[in-house]
Amino acid sequence: MPTVSMTVNGKSVSGDVSANTLLVDFLRETLGMTGTHVGCDTSQCGACVVHVEGKAAKSCTRLAVQCEGAAVTTIEGLASGGDLHPMQEAFRDNHGLQCGFCTPGMIMAGVDLANRRGNKLDEDTIRNELDGNICRCTGYHNIVKAIAAGAAAMDK
Amino acid sequence: MTETGIGAPVRRTEDKRFITGKGRYTDDINVPHQTYASFVLSPHAHATINGIDTKAAEAAPGIVAVFTGKDVAEAGIGGLICGWMIHNKDGSEMASGAHPALANDKVRYVGDHVAMVIGETLEQARAGAELIEVDYGVLDANVETGKAKDKSAPQIHDAAPGNAVYEWAIGDEAAVDAAFEAADHVTSLDIVNNRLVPNAMEPRAAIGDFDAGTGDFTLHTTSQNPHVARLILSAFIGLAPENKLRVIAPDVGGGFGSKIFVYAEETLCVWAAGKIERPIKWTSSRADAFLNDAHGRDHETRAELALDKNGKMLGLRVKTVANLGAYLSTFSSSVPTYLYATLLSGQYNLPAIFCEVDAVYTNTAPVDAYRGAGRPEACYVIERIVETAARELNLDPVELRRRNFVAEFPHETPVIMTYDIGDFGASLDKALDLADYDGFGKRKAASEANGKLRGIGFSTYIEACGIAPSAAVGSLGAGVGLWESAEIRVNPTGNVEVLTGSHSHGQGHETTFAQFTADRLGIPMDQVSIVHGDTDKVQFGMGTYGSRSGAVGMSAMSNAIDKVIAKATKLAAHLMEASEGDIVFENGSFSVKGTDKSLAFGEVSLAAYVAHNMPEGMEPGLKEGAFFDPANFTFPAGCHICEVEIDPETGTTEIANWVAVDDFGTIINPMIVEGQVHGGIAQGVGQALVEGAVYDKESGQLLTGSFMDYCMPRADNLPSFKLGFTETVCPSNPVGVKGCGEAGAIASPAAVMNAVTDALGVKDVPMPASPATVWQAIQSSTKQAAE
Repeated sequence: MPTVSMTVNGKSVSGDVSANTLLVDFLRETLGMTGTHVGCDTSQCGACVVHVEGKAAKSCTRLAVQCEGAAVTTIEGLASGGDLHPMQEAFRDNHGLQCGFCTPGMIMAGVDLANRRGNKLDEDTIRNELDGNICRCTGYHNIVKAIAAGAAAMDK
Repeated sequence: MTETGIGAPVRRTEDKRFITGKGRYTDDINVPHQTYASFVLSPHAHATINGIDTKAAEAAPGIVAVFTGKDVAEAGIGGLICGWMIHNKDGSEMASGAHPALANDKVRYVGDHVAMVIGETLEQARAGAELIEVDYGVLDANVETGKAKDKSAPQIHDAAPGNAVYEWAIGDEAAVDAAFEAADHVTSLDIVNNRLVPNAMEPRAAIGDFDAGTGDFTLHTTSQNPHVARLILSAFIGLAPENKLRVIAPDVGGGFGSKIFVYAEETLCVWAAGKIERPIKWTSSRADAFLNDAHGRDHETRAELALDKNGKMLGLRVKTVANLGAYLSTFSSSVPTYLYATLLSGQYNLPAIFCEVDAVYTNTAPVDAYRGAGRPEACYVIERIVETAARELNLDPVELRRRNFVAEFPHETPVIMTYDIGDFGASLDKALDLADYDGFGKRKAASEANGKLRGIGFSTYIEACGIAPSAAVGSLGAGVGLWESAEIRVNPTGNVEVLTGSHSHGQGHETTFAQFTADRLGIPMDQVSIVHGDTDKVQFGMGTYGSRSGAVGMSAMSNAIDKVIAKATKLAAHLMEASEGDIVFENGSFSVKGTDKSLAFGEVSLAAYVAHNMPEGMEPGLKEGAFFDPANFTFPAGCHICEVEIDPETGTTEIANWVAVDDFGTIINPMIVEGQVHGGIAQGVGQALVEGAVYDKESGQLLTGSFMDYCMPRADNLPSFKLGFTETVCPSNPVGVKGCGEAGAIASPAAVMNAVTDALGVKDVPMPASPATVWQAIQSSTKQAAE
């Protein structure tokens, strides 16, 4: 059984995994970090989005051993100290979530979107870029608003 | 209105844990020494089971136990039940085939449960399941809704000859016949309400546990109604007495109906945990969810509307075939009957209605309630045929509706509903204004100049929510009453726990209920906690579905709050040596009229618990409960207007504009209510444009078994929505609310398809109106025009 080591939310972690252990299972089962969710088995839903080396990645589509030595950020690591990340704050302030299950992936995807496409995001850009994240509750209306507001707030 | 008072858009309390990854869903929970379950599912739609060889699986590494249908039957565990008895036209009872949790002699759909394999690890359980050898005798499959009762169709259950579940009817057939004889115009429409897969983002999960010391069972499960689940598992399936079975539904990631029902997996996790005396965890994959979560809709309908020359509706005749799948799921039988045909009068003064419903078995997944449950199907029938009639009569669809709106309340429909209140003209007017109906012609011309087709569609919907008066549903065949309970537990220091039988799986109850309670008691919202989802903590309750948590659940809270205030007022009067009639309770303070004497709510609650100075005969403490059984259904109603632009080259439909004006009665938290409307519309647009569960007609294989094959609406399939509200306060409950959870899903498919057919100038386009379907419709209509 290989041992994998990486940095998750700034902390060094390591664990014994199978060669076929997915990153999401390493996070959820080995590390007990259950904020990252699994909503499908075909890499469609995006509930499992985390950041690997600062870029959004579907943790259901990456092996844990592929992340050897990598810096991983999950939803649990987004807030700094007691302060919510602006994107988290924006989701709450814009009612961008209902059941909360897709939310960690949405927020991580939203942060990545702002990182890639800038802080002034128009509605079309957000809607087009969100095709890797499915939400069944909100009709996306408030998620789109939240990501626009969160991206703008990240500029401050 | 204060910042957190009734009517304020208070930000949600529960969000803190969800946005920081601290939510606690069933799959996030692990119990010491737990094992893992994997299920062997039938790969065939219809087959006899000639034998099951479990030896190799039992000998595999890490396998703890293997169970088959024989084991479950020998243990005397009852089958899964349907809790609503529907009677045939002749008065006889519906035909109900047995639904064992693990199949015995036969499998009846792809995904039917055949064996349960329990392993030390999930991988071992899955590997063990692969080693189960089942000898199937494959039979022909019976898949198509409209052909299920054909003489040549394979017979699915011995108990249901001809695959008929029931042949049911409602309304006055003779009156409808007379109306059609007197009619100047008859509009007829054949429509299909497509089958949907609910797809809550959190897959179902269960952890069964057994304490051999006490004999107590615990089930963590993804349920919308943990008490109802416990009642069914206990009283009907016979796993354990209710007092020995605790059901906990923690954070639940969406339900939309699919998590109302009691399924095979959680039943078996509880039962088998008792057998192996260890916890058993099971989490559905998305692939299994597609196969096994109860599907929604699946109707084939012929509808006819009789009108006079002035466009006055005279009668409606409807014949529907409803596909209930291979087994009757928990509430399936009620969906195409009392939740459907009773809403066929829509917002209209329709003097005569007759509706027949044939429910059929097929070799497909069970079909049950899915957001709206019967009411979207009813709305689709009436709103599609009204729009079609307007086109045939060359009348503005708005005008035809206005001529027929119910304007006086209460209004009794010919299909047993009594609409208590509403103002249909007001919501229509407001929607027309928000949609700039007058400017539609210009926008259509602009689209045409760009080579695009533009259409507009209306849906003036009504639904019956807040289910429901227990005596009424009992007389219609429900096996349970549909009241709700609440307990207001005031602590000595004046903060409050609200115990509710309603269950939140996205609806924001922790906020709305706290907001309501805090407002009524005049205390800060953060001094109110909402407790739900655990049968050990909360008194019995009926759960959340049918947009009932506000109208029924919050009404129970309201009545319990009244009792708390009444007792506290008596105590305050005693403490301040005043007469009870002189006590005024306002802003969390009891004061004596005309004096400066007052006591804060917390001071009175402390006095109730210290109990040093109580009035004669008053018990210590401040805790009150209420069971609220509504006098009537509630009737949310409104108008949705959809404008589409279609590219004739590609058949792609874009929603150019969406307006929804809803009358939900009193609104506690408009932010949350708007969110419910958004989500409902998205599900309705999904049904209309992209979603559809498809089985292969020959093999019965589910062809749309993943998110790669079944199109879920994405952000770029939808527009931003324009919402408005009108308000007629509901007279049937003390809060004045009607319910908002399902309205969007009920109203929207008809609005979309009315817009699509308007744009194309055709009578009907089947849902989902995918680019390929729309393109075909354009080609056929162009060809017809040329001929």
